[in-house]
Amino acid sequence: MIQGKPHIEFRDVCAFYGAKQVLRNVTFTVPRHTVIGVIGPANSGKTTMLKTINRTLDFIGGARFTGQVLIDGESVADFRDPNELRRRIGMVFPLPVGLPLTIYENVAYAPRRRGVTAKGELDEIVERCLRQSVLWDEVKDRLQMLGTRLSGGQQQRLTLARALSLSPEILCLDEFSIAIDPVTTMRIEDVLKELRKSMTIVLVTNLVQQARRLADNTLFLWRGDLIELSPTEVAFSDKPNDKRTYDYVNGIFG
Amino acid sequence: MKENPFASTQFERRKFRRANLNKWIMFSFCAALIIPLIAILVDIFVKAAPVISLDYLWLNPANKGKEGGLWAPLVGTFYLVIGSLTLVAPVGILAAIYLNEYAKEGILNRVIGIAVTSLAGVPSIVHGLFGLGAFVLVMLPAVNSVIGSPNDRASNWQAGLLTASLTVAVMNLPVIIASAREALGGVPQSFREACWNLGATRWQTIRTIVLPNSLSGILTGVILTISRAAGETAPILFTGVTFFKFVADAGWEKIFPYNPGEPFMAMSMHLNIISNQISQMPEGMKYGSAAVLIGLILFVNSFAIILRVWLRGRKRW
Repeated sequence: MIQGKPHIEFRDVCAFYGAKQVLRNVTFTVPRHTVIGVIGPANSGKTTMLKTINRTLDFIGGARFTGQVLIDGESVADFRDPNELRRRIGMVFPLPVGLPLTIYENVAYAPRRRGVTAKGELDEIVERCLRQSVLWDEVKDRLQMLGTRLSGGQQQRLTLARALSLSPEILCLDEFSIAIDPVTTMRIEDVLKELRKSMTIVLVTNLVQQARRLADNTLFLWRGDLIELSPTEVAFSDKPNDKRTYDYVNGIFG
Repeated sequence: MKENPFASTQFERRKFRRANLNKWIMFSFCAALIIPLIAILVDIFVKAAPVISLDYLWLNPANKGKEGGLWAPLVGTFYLVIGSLTLVAPVGILAAIYLNEYAKEGILNRVIGIAVTSLAGVPSIVHGLFGLGAFVLVMLPAVNSVIGSPNDRASNWQAGLLTASLTVAVMNLPVIIASAREALGGVPQSFREACWNLGATRWQTIRTIVLPNSLSGILTGVILTISRAAGETAPILFTGVTFFKFVADAGWEKIFPYNPGEPFMAMSMHLNIISNQISQMPEGMKYGSAAVLIGLILFVNSFAIILRVWLRGRKRW
């Protein structure tokens, strides 16, 4: 199933916060247009891994990483303008953040910063992204309302819509569903299956069943070590490559 | 009848009485603070009432301030405030933006933070002496050696509005930096991170999200320094203020009476001199200038409060 060059590649990546090491020699590849599910308990370096991909680790004082993270064969450390990298990668973190702007401007924020000013083009982007994040029906009549007035789950979908607004080639979702009700979550999962045709998705989740439903490959991260990376059917079978994966997935860990 | 299990116990009733008593003690301390303030204000405004009139604001002082009005010092204070604000507000706000948004967390940043806070507490007379040393004794001779001529002393710049404004600006700089940093720090970090994740640059983030949501706090800090600039005598005492300067009674020269390189009159200095340096000063004139100075500061502060309420209403979260 691996076709051509891997889209995302980690080579021997170690990440540190000061003296504390949070990722240890993580090496894996993600083929283009696949979904990789990342599971693992809290504090195992999942979020840090996402932050190395779009280099937002730079913003954390004392944080650094060694090794190489390659997007399309190009090392993220070599990007002269990290903002270019960040525009190619949509990022959704677990806490919903509605920017203090209207719903419309929240989604139009990134395109506007890129110089898109035509009203028609922006309208189109806003509608497409809000539909993809399953928020359109709820807000289409009040796009001029402040995004911060939405409920937590709606703001989370707004965050997802914002991440999609630049049509990124990689979408990283960190626990996107914790504030969203199960029915809406299922609808978003359907959208993700659709989006997979046009982008590579990194899905960090605590709901192991979500990884099972969506992911082509599943990666199990534990205390900074990559324990297992195998096709989802294998990772969730009775005989994964590492016994710890079986224990974690079946809730008999520790 | 069955006993009510939720009725107050002896212990709870005692605690309730104690809590009530504490509330009244705190209220009386609060009243003790407010009563003298009201007493002072009433005393000043009652004794000033006979002299207060539009003419009192519009006419120049005459006969060492025993007659006439307050125009010359009032307009001097106005230009001092405008001058010091134009000098300090951009510098202070940009410095605060740098410290809060760009500078990396570290020892240097923390040292600067501590220095700014301590500078804000330095007595104003120390700033006045600094202004005398830095601006009057060093900067002015340097300026004059370039633009003035040694033979014609009258064309040289003297201590005046410029040096006084610079001194007041230096005095207010730490106050503005500290209040602007606080306002910027009030914008949640998550907003910035959300923008950075979208590939917005730091400046785009500051311009579109951080500044619009911290403007009320920044402006309040700026406006509150106005009352300091208007009320303090010490920083301008050696750096340009004078008790008497001839000001025209009509025409443009009445509106723009002071050259930046010449001594000027100011309300705080005027009040200081007429209240304890000149004999047989009519009581009404002393109280009148005090009332006008207090009125000016109250007016500016109420403007700050209105602005803050208005901008807070526009806050987006």
